[in-house]
Amino acid sequence: MKAASAIMIIGSALLLSLFIYPLWTVELEAPQYPDGLGMYIHLDGLQGFTEYDLNNIDGLNHYIGMQKLPKPTDMWEFQTFPIVVGIMAGLGILIGLLGFFKVVTYKWFLGWLILMTVLGVAGMYDFNAWLVDYGTNLDPKAIIKVVDKEGNPFSYKPPLLGSRDILNFTAVSYPALGGILLTVGMFLTFVAYLVGLKRAK
Amino acid sequence: MKILNLGLGLLTVAAMFSCRSDDNGNKSQGALSSNNAEKVYVAPGEHDEYYAFVSGGYSGNLTVYGLPSGRMFKEIPVFSQFPTSGYGYSEETKPMLNTSHGFIPWGDSHHPDISQTEGVTDGRWIFINENNTPRIARIDLETFETTEIIEVPNSAGNHSSSFVTENTEYVVAGTRFSVPVPQEDISIKEYKGKFKGALSFISVDPENGGMDIKFQLMMPGFNYDLSHPGRGQSHGWFFFTTYNTEEANTLLEVNASQNDKDFIAAVNWKKIEEYVNNGGGKMMPAKYAHNVYDHDTHVGTSTMKEEVRVINPSDVPGAVFLLPTPKSPHGCDVSPDGQYIVGNGKLSANLTVHSFPKMLEAIENEKFDGDAYGIPILSFEDVLAGQVEQAGLGPLHTEFDDKGNAYTTFFISSEVVKWKLDTWEVVDRKPTYYSVGHLTIPGGNSREPDGKYMFAMNKITKDRYLPTGPELEHSAQLYDISGEKMELILDFPTHGEPHYAAAIKADKVAPNSKKFYKLADNKHPHAAKSEADTKVVRDGKEVHVYLTTIRSHFSPDNIEGIKVGDKVYFHITNLEQDFDVPHGFAVIGQNNSELLIMPGQTKTTVWEPKQVGVWPFYCTDFCSALHQEMQGYIRVSPEDSDIELDWSLGEDVE
Repeated sequence: MKAASAIMIIGSALLLSLFIYPLWTVELEAPQYPDGLGMYIHLDGLQGFTEYDLNNIDGLNHYIGMQKLPKPTDMWEFQTFPIVVGIMAGLGILIGLLGFFKVVTYKWFLGWLILMTVLGVAGMYDFNAWLVDYGTNLDPKAIIKVVDKEGNPFSYKPPLLGSRDILNFTAVSYPALGGILLTVGMFLTFVAYLVGLKRAK
Repeated sequence: MKILNLGLGLLTVAAMFSCRSDDNGNKSQGALSSNNAEKVYVAPGEHDEYYAFVSGGYSGNLTVYGLPSGRMFKEIPVFSQFPTSGYGYSEETKPMLNTSHGFIPWGDSHHPDISQTEGVTDGRWIFINENNTPRIARIDLETFETTEIIEVPNSAGNHSSSFVTENTEYVVAGTRFSVPVPQEDISIKEYKGKFKGALSFISVDPENGGMDIKFQLMMPGFNYDLSHPGRGQSHGWFFFTTYNTEEANTLLEVNASQNDKDFIAAVNWKKIEEYVNNGGGKMMPAKYAHNVYDHDTHVGTSTMKEEVRVINPSDVPGAVFLLPTPKSPHGCDVSPDGQYIVGNGKLSANLTVHSFPKMLEAIENEKFDGDAYGIPILSFEDVLAGQVEQAGLGPLHTEFDDKGNAYTTFFISSEVVKWKLDTWEVVDRKPTYYSVGHLTIPGGNSREPDGKYMFAMNKITKDRYLPTGPELEHSAQLYDISGEKMELILDFPTHGEPHYAAAIKADKVAPNSKKFYKLADNKHPHAAKSEADTKVVRDGKEVHVYLTTIRSHFSPDNIEGIKVGDKVYFHITNLEQDFDVPHGFAVIGQNNSELLIMPGQTKTTVWEPKQVGVWPFYCTDFCSALHQEMQGYIRVSPEDSDIELDWSLGEDVE
């Protein structure tokens, strides 16, 4: 149980890396931008690859009537997510410690993981909903209006994961270091559960 | 067709045979053309290995090339107005062309030289001299823009310039034409004795590059043609070639060619610097402009200086010596180790090489051969290191590689001759097309030359390209000098008449090249840093329009209340913060040039409307898909009209 608890503590502590490293990366590729253009999504806001990227993405997007990229104060998520992640990391570490002193059993590890997964899926759902709104809720006075083959307004929604061609750009989305460490951490808590389960038998 | 094919086939076979039969000779000769194409081919998307900064001669500017491709990247405006960007037309840059003679729209740029640290090019700044109205400019290699110009008083025909010392302590400017100092209304026939040749040592601030004339050495009235600093063992000295030591004031082509030997003047500037630091020399009244461009305010300012420190060489014993050098030497070049000083005697059949250690020894032993105006003359034999015998006709300039070889241009015989230092033997010669003047090896006038490429810049404009009427651009040849024999690998055209060029490894410069100016750092007094800051302000007959640009509109783009007789200042700030999004500005009937405004920059143009009406202005630089929509209107009313100033952007169309 000691080993399982240690793994649980490490796994849930890895969530804290999200306070240092970004969760997600969205990159825009086009021949005119050989140095790349893009942003990192942090728990508490967006950050351009360079200090000017967010402005320049907004500048490009104004042609097609997209909304400006949100400032930290524009979205409740940027205030809430850090609190949720902080609490979950603290809770995970606490459960790990309690497991270490045999106050709780390994089943709590799984319980934490299920809660975290639910929150994670909810977060992804919310993120995707924002992407849809961002990519389709366009200014009716947009300078350039593009329609798809069926004649419906073109969606500029960047992909949640993977790449997609959007006009002259290819948008590529993938987890950043924080997102990777989060995944590793969550996986470790599952390992903690398995180790605990094995020792209990 | 078949006959032609056969002919080509035979030629190919012949080439193969000649290649094989030449095993111990020049192996690369047989495959010359294909190999050479590869040597200069820089594939699309790839970078050249070197920057070459080529003097724009009578264009007054400096051009930037890539080597080995010979592609021209940019023309940097320096001493001439440049309508492309508005340099010399905009209110901010007009002061850069101010002189004690007033505003001068044109210059004759000559010898670019890159700043050095410990005798090696460091890629921070490049200096270039203006020959006609003596000035030295400093160009910042982060922005590739002219940031400073200083006028050189008491000088005329600023030709033995603008060469830097080993740590860029000084950029040196010598006069080609001697003049009365101070200027006075005297007979030209009073030349001898009355005319002086000023050699100016301009200190360079090690931090920001700022230039200031530390002192002027008032030499006899010869013509000071070219110069170079000592380096390594000879650091602390500067060498100047002279001609017209006859001190003729008319028909110089005959009268200045009489003396069998002229001089190379060796100046111990360290000694004079010490003398000056101890209060030596005297300040004399002299009017000269010092123009500085500030990259934070994006504004140039011109200050008129009132005096300059002059030094009489005879007041500093042991500081100046004359080395006899045959026949009106032109180039004055110092070997990478600083041991040899090459005098390219342009009317001599031989090249003269002086030895710095021998010179020191002769000075030590006080072995003088008379004096000129109190300046000791050393004996030719005492300082001579050797001569390159019958090397060619009309030697002009010499550069060096990193293997102990020197390369000298010969104008009359139209060739570059490679010879060995120490043995003075000629190793190779290759023709130029035609009549070469200067030549450049990257770092070829520093302690560490890069002996891979050499290019020769021709003096006459006849070239080997498609004809373009009587007036042509000049032409240069690029040679591969990595082997024992030089190989011509490229012809490329150059702009103006290049007098020298300076080349440097691209990686010393490219990483520092700025992409745009930070809007937050813009301290221009008339900047509008957001659309909210835009306005139109009247001050009597002057109207100041604070305008911004961003893809793809001006703010404001409708302006009313301007009257005939107004002087309208358009202060335009480009709000973009991305690489390569300049906006242009032009308004109908503008009596100057357009403006090309880089992201984060503010520029000002003056417009004096003479006719009533509604006049358009527009963006001249294709900035986006909506560029054609980037326009505005300005209404001009009669002088006595009472229409109030009004400006707007994007008001709902009725």
